[in-house]
Amino acid sequence: MNSTLVSIALLFSQLSLLAFGGGNTILPEMHRQAVNVYHWMSDPEFAALFALAQAAPGPNMMVAPLIGWQVAGWSGLAVATLGMFGPSSIVTCVALRLWRRFKDQTWRRAIQTGLVPISIGLVAASAVLIVQASDHEWVLAAITAGCAIVAVRTRLHPLWLLAAGAAVGWTGLGQ
Amino acid sequence: MALSDSDERRFDSPTAPTDAPTVGELFRGFLMMGLMGFGGVLPLSRHIIVDERRWLSGKEFTELLGLCQFLPGGNVINVAAALGLHFRGVPGALAALAGLIAAPTAIVVVLGAIYARFQSDPHVVHMFAGLAAAAAGLLVSMAVKLALPLRKKPVAIAFAVICFAAIAVFHFPLLPTMLVLAPLSIAAIRKTGT
Repeated sequence: MNSTLVSIALLFSQLSLLAFGGGNTILPEMHRQAVNVYHWMSDPEFAALFALAQAAPGPNMMVAPLIGWQVAGWSGLAVATLGMFGPSSIVTCVALRLWRRFKDQTWRRAIQTGLVPISIGLVAASAVLIVQASDHEWVLAAITAGCAIVAVRTRLHPLWLLAAGAAVGWTGLGQ
Repeated sequence: MALSDSDERRFDSPTAPTDAPTVGELFRGFLMMGLMGFGGVLPLSRHIIVDERRWLSGKEFTELLGLCQFLPGGNVINVAAALGLHFRGVPGALAALAGLIAAPTAIVVVLGAIYARFQSDPHVVHMFAGLAAAAAGLLVSMAVKLALPLRKKPVAIAFAVICFAAIAVFHFPLLPTMLVLAPLSIAAIRKTGT
């Protein structure tokens, strides 16, 4: 096993266990490590990979296997996938076995409620980070703003917004 | 079905709707969720698990999701692992997880290959820049939707802002940030009730 694969395994298994509140909360750390610590890719490349993963169906952590594949090919894909989804799944399975023992509602609710603002802060940080990495031109900032407003105000399927963003981008307008 | 068997296999409700799915059914069910879940699998997974396949009642699904949100990892990933384990043990968990990520993995690799191949074509570069901008917008909208219920909860707002600043402004690593902020937030919100 070469050192890149070890790094991929360490990074994603660490992120897997830190992903309280879902995949978007670990995005800043993934970005920090992939771009600034390991220098696997540039800022725009990270943003592009994130966008590809968003355009695909499925869980919102698919950027992890994609980064693994981009950095180290098929073995990178396998290692990143196992690292990203293995540890948290094992924790979930163990927790499920203990579930019936932890029926103290107030204790559980206190932790759940207390973690909510942390999750929200992390998702907001992810959003700012990805906006900074993606929007180098006014037209891209306009796409981001338009999509955000439409997605907050309507229940339009996200795929339409991604398609619209890609279509506007394709024209090269303002880029 | 013997009573003890049903107690073993069900979550907390004694009125679960149907029999346990097989390993193959778990794989196929989660494969559909992975394949069709554009822009978020969660609403679709509820539809398939509760309404279509009747593996869980609505109440059981909500309880399971509550547990999964509280644990690290993607919510739907955790639902897959938990549900697979619950019905068919470790093979069930592996089948559900494999089903859920198989199709999306193949699709992201194809998209990644297209991106790598046509990286020099300005149209493709511009298209992916537009796609990235739209994806960023969706993420912003999600942050806004999550944050809206915090109105009138000053303690929660304070911790969300501190956490945001630590990561986005000061670029602190995630692990120490969470180890410090999570216990403080839990303690403060429990004490003040906001």
